[in-house]
Amino acid sequence: MPDVDSGNTAFVLLCTALVLLMTPGLALFYAGMVRAKSSLAMLMQNFVCLAVVSVAWLALGYTLAFGEDAGAGLIGDLRFAGFASVDEGVPGLDLSIPPVLFATFQMLFAVLTVALLSGAIAERVRFGAFVAFAALWTVLVYAPLAHWVFAPSGWLAALGVLDFAGGLVVEVNAGAAALALALVAGRRLGWPGEAMPPHNLPLTMLGAGLLWFGWFGFNAGSALAANGLAAQALVNTHFAAVGGLIAWIGIERLRTGSATSLGAVSGGVAGLVAITPACGFLDTGPSLLLGLLAGGASFFAVQFKHRLGYDDSLDVVGVHFVGGVVGTLFLGLFASTAVNTVVASEGLLLGGGLTQLGRQTVGVLAATAFSFGVSYLLARGVDRVLPLRVTPDQERAGLDQVLHAEQAYDLGSVRTMGRL
Amino acid sequence: MRLVTAVVKPFKLDDVKTALEGIGVQGMTVSEVQGFGRQRGHTEVYRGAEYTVAFVPKVKVEVLVDDADATRVVDAVVAAASTGSIGDGKVWSTVVDDLVRVRTGERGADAL
Repeated sequence: MPDVDSGNTAFVLLCTALVLLMTPGLALFYAGMVRAKSSLAMLMQNFVCLAVVSVAWLALGYTLAFGEDAGAGLIGDLRFAGFASVDEGVPGLDLSIPPVLFATFQMLFAVLTVALLSGAIAERVRFGAFVAFAALWTVLVYAPLAHWVFAPSGWLAALGVLDFAGGLVVEVNAGAAALALALVAGRRLGWPGEAMPPHNLPLTMLGAGLLWFGWFGFNAGSALAANGLAAQALVNTHFAAVGGLIAWIGIERLRTGSATSLGAVSGGVAGLVAITPACGFLDTGPSLLLGLLAGGASFFAVQFKHRLGYDDSLDVVGVHFVGGVVGTLFLGLFASTAVNTVVASEGLLLGGGLTQLGRQTVGVLAATAFSFGVSYLLARGVDRVLPLRVTPDQERAGLDQVLHAEQAYDLGSVRTMGRL
Repeated sequence: MRLVTAVVKPFKLDDVKTALEGIGVQGMTVSEVQGFGRQRGHTEVYRGAEYTVAFVPKVKVEVLVDDADATRVVDAVVAAASTGSIGDGKVWSTVVDDLVRVRTGERGADAL
């Protein structure tokens, strides 16, 4: 058991609660964007991750990510399976908080990452098949990639790839896996010809607000200490969200004539995604710039699916993959030793040359290839045993009634016969 | 007896109701409907993707009146529902052959 600092522990306890709140926040963010008839199913796919991914993390995920390296920086050993011996600490990490708190803080990152995937396959996937995929994906994709990047013995970490709070592990990973899932699950009936507009944007904005709030814990908490770095990470997180929001509604005002509410929160989230890897290595000014770049890049990236014909329903690729890549590569330009002494090689625009940009590029390519490849095979495998798609009739009727025997809204239709 | 039916803009419902009460109309039936006329629909944009909304929300007001009052009621609705812009709706009246008040069994004009 390492020496525990009470201030740091209090801070990370609080941040853990903030990260927990991001999953219900994401659930609302997503649920508002789907049609009413499948909005409860969307909420359920997110909430169930809190349960399923937590169990998978307790059993195997944590130890595969943060156990002693089992060879070549690829995977952890099984010493912490079921959180056994978890109090020993994390090999290579000098923790000042209880290790079981670190394990739980990291667990909620995994929960959120898996929940993110559900947006790519909204309104058409069976609940049981999603649950099975979520559990397996946590162990087979999330945990190894977390080991590569977050464990000090991981091969990307050893290479000097910078990822403060999960630009690769959470965002690029979720985006690449989301593309694989969307390809295996196929398009929704009627997409892209039929209109499928969001059914409740106020829910989406409420969810975005909770995400923004929780993201402070996600990013600042990744300092694992209540110190100046955590403060800088929080400030950077905020300004990146601000930049993303401004860029998105600015561009859409010029191009379509209206600044939309969905655009505002999409841009804000794009900024938050992009700052995730970078928040502990940047000054405030570059963070605002990164947010602006990410908001702009995602605005254009969400149109790709229409050109290429894949139904990434809620733009997990366009926002999370693209934002994650932008933020990870941005470190190659602006990573600063003055902000964080972990930065061995400063960014190109701070006079550090191309070294860090090269490392970040390797990180992006490795994370993308691994995540997309394994996720695609896993989705195909799960689909053979537990078909991912509901039947066409079920999809038209809406998942809420068909899968969950409920409906989200019952607002005085003829059906209720005056009971409201 | 005649049935006057009006399809008007939703935010004009209060004005129509007030106008009809002002000329002594004692009851009406209101429903939310959707449709389009020469106004056509409108366009909404979500994350840059444009959707055409073909059916525009309207309110339908139905009033049963005596033959002698029909024209006055139609005119009152038209005056109350008009904004002068496209999409103000339509008002029409049709002949009603039979009418019964459920509680008393009264028939015809007595049931108005």
